[in-house]
Amino acid sequence: MSLVISLVVASGVIFLFVEVVPGDPAAYMLGLNAAEDTLAALREQLGLNGSLFERYVSWVGGMLRGDFGTSYTYRTPVAEMIGERMWISLPLAVYALTLSTLIAFPAGIWAASQRGRLADSLVMGVTQLGVAIPNFWFAMLMVLVFAINLRWFSAGGFAGWDAGFGAGLKSLTLPAIALALPQASILARVMRSSLLDTLGEDYIRTARAKGLSRRQALWRHALRNALIPVLTIIGLQFSFLMAGAIIIENVFFLPGLGRLVFQSIAARDLIVVESVVMLLVFAVIVVNFLVDVAYAVVDPRLRVRA
Amino acid sequence: MSRSLVIGAALSGVFVLAALVSFVWTPYDVLGLDIPNKLKPPSGAHFFGTDHFGRDIFSMIMVGARTSIAVAVVAVGIGMLLGVPLGLAAAARTGTLLDEVIMRGNDLVFAFPSLLIAILITAVFGASAFNAIIAIGIFNIPVFARLVRGAALSLWTRDYVLAARVSGKGAARISFEHILPNVTNLLIVQGTIQFSLGILAEAGLSYVGLGAQPPTPSWGRMLAESQTMFSFKPHLAIFPGLAILLTVLGLNLMGDGLRDWLDPRLRRAKR
Repeated sequence: MSLVISLVVASGVIFLFVEVVPGDPAAYMLGLNAAEDTLAALREQLGLNGSLFERYVSWVGGMLRGDFGTSYTYRTPVAEMIGERMWISLPLAVYALTLSTLIAFPAGIWAASQRGRLADSLVMGVTQLGVAIPNFWFAMLMVLVFAINLRWFSAGGFAGWDAGFGAGLKSLTLPAIALALPQASILARVMRSSLLDTLGEDYIRTARAKGLSRRQALWRHALRNALIPVLTIIGLQFSFLMAGAIIIENVFFLPGLGRLVFQSIAARDLIVVESVVMLLVFAVIVVNFLVDVAYAVVDPRLRVRA
Repeated sequence: MSRSLVIGAALSGVFVLAALVSFVWTPYDVLGLDIPNKLKPPSGAHFFGTDHFGRDIFSMIMVGARTSIAVAVVAVGIGMLLGVPLGLAAAARTGTLLDEVIMRGNDLVFAFPSLLIAILITAVFGASAFNAIIAIGIFNIPVFARLVRGAALSLWTRDYVLAARVSGKGAARISFEHILPNVTNLLIVQGTIQFSLGILAEAGLSYVGLGAQPPTPSWGRMLAESQTMFSFKPHLAIFPGLAILLTVLGLNLMGDGLRDWLDPRLRRAKR
C-alpha cells in the first residue's frame, strides 16, 4: 500500500513540476515566436485543454498502459525511445551494482576479519579514496589509461547488443567500473563496521565457547546478521547508481537514458524529461520496497514483527 | 585530536583559504583570454598549465573553490534550516499524524536523487548555480530530519527532559532548549559529510551543464571543457579532478575525526 501511495505522490510532484510550474508547457516548448495555430495544435496533442486532474489521470493512465506520449522533437513514441535506451542504462546499473557487491563483500569481510592489521588499514585507506573520488573524473582517467594508452577498451560509444553479448558488455565495462568504485567503497566500509558490531554480540561469544573458530563464527553466524545494514545501503545506492549513470553515460557517449534526458532538456522536450524522470523515480521506489521485503528474508525476526 | 582530523582539516583548510584569497588575488585573471598561451603544460609561469583559452588553471581552481564551497555551504544550510526543525517536530510528536507525514515526506524526497531534482528544475527554469544549490539543498533536508529525529527520540526519554516537562515547558521549548544542544555534535559531523557530498554533487551537476554557467569557473565545468582535449593534454583534467578529490577527502577525514573527537562513545561503538 505504501508503495502505491509513494508512487502516486511522486508522480503528482513530477506532474505539477513539469506541467504546471512552467505555465503553458506548449508555449514553453515552442519558444517565444511560436505561431498561434502551432501552439493550439501542440496543446491539443499534449491534451492541455482538459482540467489539471483530467490531464494527470490521462498521463498516469497512459503510462500504466505503456503509452508515454509522443516526443515533440523526435516525433516518436516516448515509450519506444525509452525502450531502446533502457537496454543500455539498465544493464549498466545492474553491471555496476554487481561489480560493487563483488568488490565490497570480500573487501569488507577481509578488513573485519583482519581488524587493526595491515589489511584493515589498506582497505580503509583505499575505500576512503574511493568515496572521495568523483566518478566521472575516475572515468576520464580510465579512458586515458585503458582506452587511449593501452587500447584495451574503446573510449566511448556502445557496440550494440547485436554485435554480441561480449562486445556489448565490453563497452559497458569501463562505465560500470567508474560507477561501481565509489559505491563499492561505501559498501565495503558498511560491511566491515556491521560485521565488527555483530562479532561483538553475545551469540558470537556463545558460538566461540561451543568451540567454533573465529572464522567459522564469522561465516556461520555473523555474516547473515551483519547483512541488514548492508542491504539498506545497497537499496539506497541504487538511486545513486541510476543518477550516477546519467552522468557517466555522458563521459562515455553511451546512448542511454541519461543522454536522452540531456538532449531533451536542451530541446525543451518536456514530455520526454517528464517520462524518464518518472521512470527513474519509479525504479528507485520499487527497489527500496524490494529491499524492505528482503529484510524479512534475511532476518526472520523481522518477519514475526511484521 | 586524531590524525585524520588534523590531516582532514589541513586539506580542507587549504581549499577554503584558496577560495578566500581568490577574492582579492589570483595569479592571473580568470576571465581574460590569452590565446597565444593556450594549452600550455605546467610550468613556472603557470603552475597547473593553461586551458584552451590560455586561462591559468591554477587561478581557475582557486576561483572554482569559491563556487564549490559556496554551493555546498548554502545547500547544507538549506538542509539544516528545514531538516532540523522537521526532525525535532517529528520526534516531539512521535507516533502522530505529523510524525507520519514528515517521515513519509522524507522517504519521498529520498526517491529523487539530487541529480533528478536538478534535471526537473533545469528543464523548467534553465541551468544555474542557484538551481544546483536548490537541488542539493532539497536532497539534504531528509538527511538532517531523519538524523535529528532518530537522536531526539532517545533524548525525549531522559530524566532532564522529564524534569523540563514537569516544570511546564512546552514541546517546542524543550526541543530547542534541551534536545537541540544535545544533537549539535551529530549535526556538525553530518554537516561535514553532507558538505563533502555537496562538493561532489556540484561538480557532477556542473560537469553535465546543470550547475554554474560560464564564465564562472567551476571544477566540474573545467572537467567538462577538457573532455575533448584531455587525451593529448591530460593536465586539463588532472588538476581540477585532484582539487575535487582532495577537498572531498579532506572533508571526509575531518568528519571522521570530528565524530571521534566530539563523541568518544561513538568511537567505542564503531569498534
